[in-house]
Amino acid sequence: MMRNISAIFWKQIKETFKNKAIFIQFVMFPVMTIIMENSVKIEGMQPRFFASLFAVMYVGMAPLVSMASILSEEKEKNTLRVLLMSNVRPAEYLLGIGSYLWTLCMIGASVIGIGGGYRGKALLSFLLIMGFGILISIVVGAAVGSLSKNQMMATSISVPVMMILSFLPMISMFNETVAKIARFAYPEQLRILISQLDHIKVSSEMVVVLIVNTVLALSIFVFAYRKCGLES
Amino acid sequence: MTKTVEARHIGHFFAQKQVLEDVNIAIGAGEVFGLLGPSGAGKTTLIKILTGQLIPSSGESTVLGTASMGLRGEDHKQIGIMMDQFGLYERLSCYDNLLLFARIYGIPKEKVRLALEKVGLAGAAGTAASDLSKGMRSRLLLARAFMTSPKLLFLDEPTSGLDPSTAQEIYKMIFEEKSRGVTVFLTTHNMAEAEKLCDRVALLNEGRIVAHDEPKALCREFNHKKRLKVHLYNGKDIDLEHTYASAEKISSLLKNGDLETIHSSEPNLENVFMELTGRSLAV
Repeated sequence: MMRNISAIFWKQIKETFKNKAIFIQFVMFPVMTIIMENSVKIEGMQPRFFASLFAVMYVGMAPLVSMASILSEEKEKNTLRVLLMSNVRPAEYLLGIGSYLWTLCMIGASVIGIGGGYRGKALLSFLLIMGFGILISIVVGAAVGSLSKNQMMATSISVPVMMILSFLPMISMFNETVAKIARFAYPEQLRILISQLDHIKVSSEMVVVLIVNTVLALSIFVFAYRKCGLES
Repeated sequence: MTKTVEARHIGHFFAQKQVLEDVNIAIGAGEVFGLLGPSGAGKTTLIKILTGQLIPSSGESTVLGTASMGLRGEDHKQIGIMMDQFGLYERLSCYDNLLLFARIYGIPKEKVRLALEKVGLAGAAGTAASDLSKGMRSRLLLARAFMTSPKLLFLDEPTSGLDPSTAQEIYKMIFEEKSRGVTVFLTTHNMAEAEKLCDRVALLNEGRIVAHDEPKALCREFNHKKRLKVHLYNGKDIDLEHTYASAEKISSLLKNGDLETIHSSEPNLENVFMELTGRSLAV
């Protein structure tokens, strides 16, 4: 099992560095964090404003879009079929791609965290929160990829989902009505957690929302997988 | 004795359309078996069923003694499949495309180089699959199928769309695998290819096998005309029947030194298929 997972992991490393559309997903927000945190200083602005904002946008965008894109491309180009005919089980494939994306996203998250000035325990907490959010987004991306026959279909599903998940936390900062809705989505709860890293207060609402979001993401994936499997 | 590939009463429907009907095939070890038929005859569907990619609507099949739908890990390693529908990783190099499967099968890396050398792609090892010509892609797909040293090869239209010299190279590779004792199941609509490569062929039309035998035996069986074509040095052509009088005529032409060439009028597989189905293989 580990041999197949590591083979897929290795394949994806090679592929991603040659796929600019995917690669940019991982680089964009970490680089923007470093630039904005170091160049924009406004009086009265919340500390690490850009780091916390870009972090949740990164959670809602990079893992979701990448997972959906990789899975749908493999279906469209019939490479996934070859893998599944070569002794690779669907679970091994998903674990290989999922673990690769999680690792890559966590490297990006580390850059955002360090670029945003988090250190020590705060940085560790930041990475734990990011790791959890990235995991949920990967599951949502896998569901979109399973439902999609090709990349075009994956893009048309993943873009609106990604827009909602990544932009809701930002809009909720400026609009109370949106904030009331956004608190039901995991990126907003993660943003709240990240904004209070120095003195984290976990409310029961937060726990319920995160559990419900996780169960929902898993359920959507199970439904998509049972309906469409991994074959086109 | 267990056959390497066996299909019994295979039938398949896509929606309401029947694409395969009561297909029976038995292929022995080391045999090159050709499935001939025009596009849409059901050749690829049969390969998908035999390799466990598709559950047939009826019937059953075994490959290397295992039910097609029950093929697992080690079985897959013994089966090489080359199909157009089996894609390549376009951004990866030829070497990396093969290395991925070498890792999956636990094959030493040296085998990747050997496989590339075997198909004449050693010089293009670092070239991305997206930059390969159609012929080179076919050779890379073959290398992937050969790399595990399989006991059985499924080749779906291996030379389709290739120039004659690349096709000849692929024939040579298939002969090399045959000499190694590999069983080959190949589909084609090229009758010359089938006559050249196959020990036995089956003619598939609209999902049904209409005839099967050795290519030469099939051609002999459908040789109804039984005529001889004689070409003389003076440029004249003579058409003769299979009779005693014709034998005497040929004998006399030979004695006088007039006969340049003589050919029997046996049909080729294309003619046999036309006679059986009323349609061409090349459709």
